[in-house]
Amino acid sequence: MGNVLVLAEHRRGELRDITFEMLSLAPSLAKDLGGEVMVLLLGNDLDQMAEKIAGYGVKVLVVDDPLFADYNSDKYQKVISALIDDYKPKLVMLGQTAQGVDLAPALAVEKKLPFVADVVGLEVEDGVLKATRQLYSGKVNAQIAFKPADTYLVTIREAAFEAPEPAAAGTIEKLDSPLKEDLDYRKFVEYIEAEVGDVDITQSEILVGIGRGLKEDKNLPIAEELAEVIKADLCGSRAACDAGWLPSDRQVGTSGKTVKPKLYLCMGISGAFQHVAGIKGAKTIVAINKDPNAPIFAEADYAIIDDLHKVVPKLTEKLKELKG
Amino acid sequence: MKIFTCIKYVPDTSEAEIKLNPEGTEVDSSRFSFDINDADNYAVEESVLIKEKYGGNVTVVSIGPKESDVMIRMAMAKGCDNAIRIEDERIASHDPLMVARVLAGAIKDQEFDLVLTGCMANDYGQATTGVALAEILGVPHAAYVKKVEIEDGKVKAYRELEGGLMEVVEINLPAVLTIQTGINEPRYAPIRGIRQAQKKELKVVNLDDLGIAEGDVNAEASQITLEKLYIPVVESKAEIIEGEPEEKAEKLASILVKGGLV
Ligand SMILES: Cc1cc2nc3c(=O)[nH]c(=O)nc-3n(C[C@H](O)[C@H](O)[C@H](O)COP(=O)(O)OP(=O)(O)OC[C@H]3O[C@@H](n4cnc5c(N)ncnc54)[C@H](O)[C@@H]3O)c2cc1C
Ligand SMILES: Nc1ncnc2c1ncn2[C@@H]1O[C@H](COP(=O)(O)O)[C@@H](O)[C@H]1O
Repeated sequence: MGNVLVLAEHRRGELRDITFEMLSLAPSLAKDLGGEVMVLLLGNDLDQMAEKIAGYGVKVLVVDDPLFADYNSDKYQKVISALIDDYKPKLVMLGQTAQGVDLAPALAVEKKLPFVADVVGLEVEDGVLKATRQLYSGKVNAQIAFKPADTYLVTIREAAFEAPEPAAAGTIEKLDSPLKEDLDYRKFVEYIEAEVGDVDITQSEILVGIGRGLKEDKNLPIAEELAEVIKADLCGSRAACDAGWLPSDRQVGTSGKTVKPKLYLCMGISGAFQHVAGIKGAKTIVAINKDPNAPIFAEADYAIIDDLHKVVPKLTEKLKELKG
Repeated sequence: MKIFTCIKYVPDTSEAEIKLNPEGTEVDSSRFSFDINDADNYAVEESVLIKEKYGGNVTVVSIGPKESDVMIRMAMAKGCDNAIRIEDERIASHDPLMVARVLAGAIKDQEFDLVLTGCMANDYGQATTGVALAEILGVPHAAYVKKVEIEDGKVKAYRELEGGLMEVVEINLPAVLTIQTGINEPRYAPIRGIRQAQKKELKVVNLDDLGIAEGDVNAEASQITLEKLYIPVVESKAEIIEGEPEEKAEKLASILVKGGLV
């Protein structure tokens, strides 16, 4: 039977969005593969989460044990591996998240599963499972076919699929943990919260975003002067923060902040999906980039295809005049 | 500390249009400049920092063409001690599990305490190789590492999760860590280092030299097939502001002001 096994992802008692995003894909794939959707919920103290997932009309397999109080890739791998043996799913689905990338490749190696990571499209065509993924930061797509196997493994990109609405009532089945003892070679120590900076960019009304295209920190005044005239706060891509041009609490994107300004004006940012995921809530997006093929333009309301060094100082000057 | 650091030579496609070959199976990369993958640059720096602190030796491992020797020499100029470059057309390089097998083949028979990889290669963006490599080598791992502390045969790895949250894990050595960008400030190679790097050992090997069977890592061994590449159609709702740079600036300024956006 062609069942689809989805690993629910949660952290500190909260299910993460990717869990539901995967549930928008899984049902039609299960139908094409001739099976049903099973969601594996692994952790400790899971009753509420199990109820919530069951509300999507799926079968929830719950492994609830103090051994899994904190995420641990090695322990998770042991459990998923055992369940693959027991349930023989045709397709196993994880998120391409900090958790999924820490887990899926090792599982693929251990179980010799055909594996495609960071999938943005997945379908069954003439009995063959095919995945679409992006190369070169979204500038090229690749279609990849799985060779026939008992079980396939994929990780699904975050925010690439829209979560469905809860549907009918599903079922919950509690399982004994296949793992009985703790492992001693990898231990969870603690979580450390992200640093809090002087400005909370998640609350900013207007943001000026800078990326690697700014080239050097001595060019920072180009952005700072614009920001001053339009009373914006500065933020940036990961590349800009890694370079030390901005402190890390000003980073926008999956591993940074999710912002929702009225205006996001960005320059020299290519628009990698990890960045774009953080600006979906912006009302108006203006992008300045010299590459007409930069993915950021797909998100923009206004686009200037040009050298930021030529455009931005002029823009600042003009705005100063207009605003008196 | 005996460290292996895996680095990849990747094209810089951030500012250019990408063209495919007529069959749609390969990217025409002839017009791109190549350099070390972003995250791998941080992995090189981290391995040299660890060596400087605890002593030891750093070996660079890379699967790539002759041209990438420049990148490898640069890593050695920054303090890595020697290098292995694997060049072999038979490797199914689109499949990170095959790439990981080859890297493992170059490392597994030697003593090591740590293997560092980048968290993700910017060209294919799979974020898969390092963790697969750990499993093949049979050692623990941590992915997306943004801080490393080593003591008593253990490494404390600070893993970066979503939203900037960190998860600290403690794992036994030997181990594989996949290094996230921003973990350190990669140094510039000193002139003296650049000179010394020319004298360091750079071994070039193929699958046969490593004792890896072709049938374990080639396109047939891979369980996936790259069917086609294509340039995605980008649907943009953006109003493109045209003109000379100055005109564009003027037009945008008035849109922002009239639209009450600023
Ligand atoms: C696990 C993980 C998490 C990540 N999280 C985030 C995140 O939270 N946020 C984030 O931003 N990234 C994140 N990234 C990194 C992301 O993949 C990209 O590498 C990054 O966003 C690129 O930053 P950039 O756009 O500034 O640089 P690049 O991609 O190098 O783009 C630079 C752009 O500047 C343009 N440019 C160059 N010169 C000029 C000029 N003179 N005038 C105008 N334009 C110019 C170029 O055309 C190019 O488009 C993450 C990556 C990983 C692996
Ligand atoms: N051809 C290669 N040679 C050496 N290391 C590689 C190669 N390909 C991938 N890697 C390593 O694996 C990491 C992750 O790559 P990927 O899984 O392709 O995103 C890179 O940052 C490198 O450290």
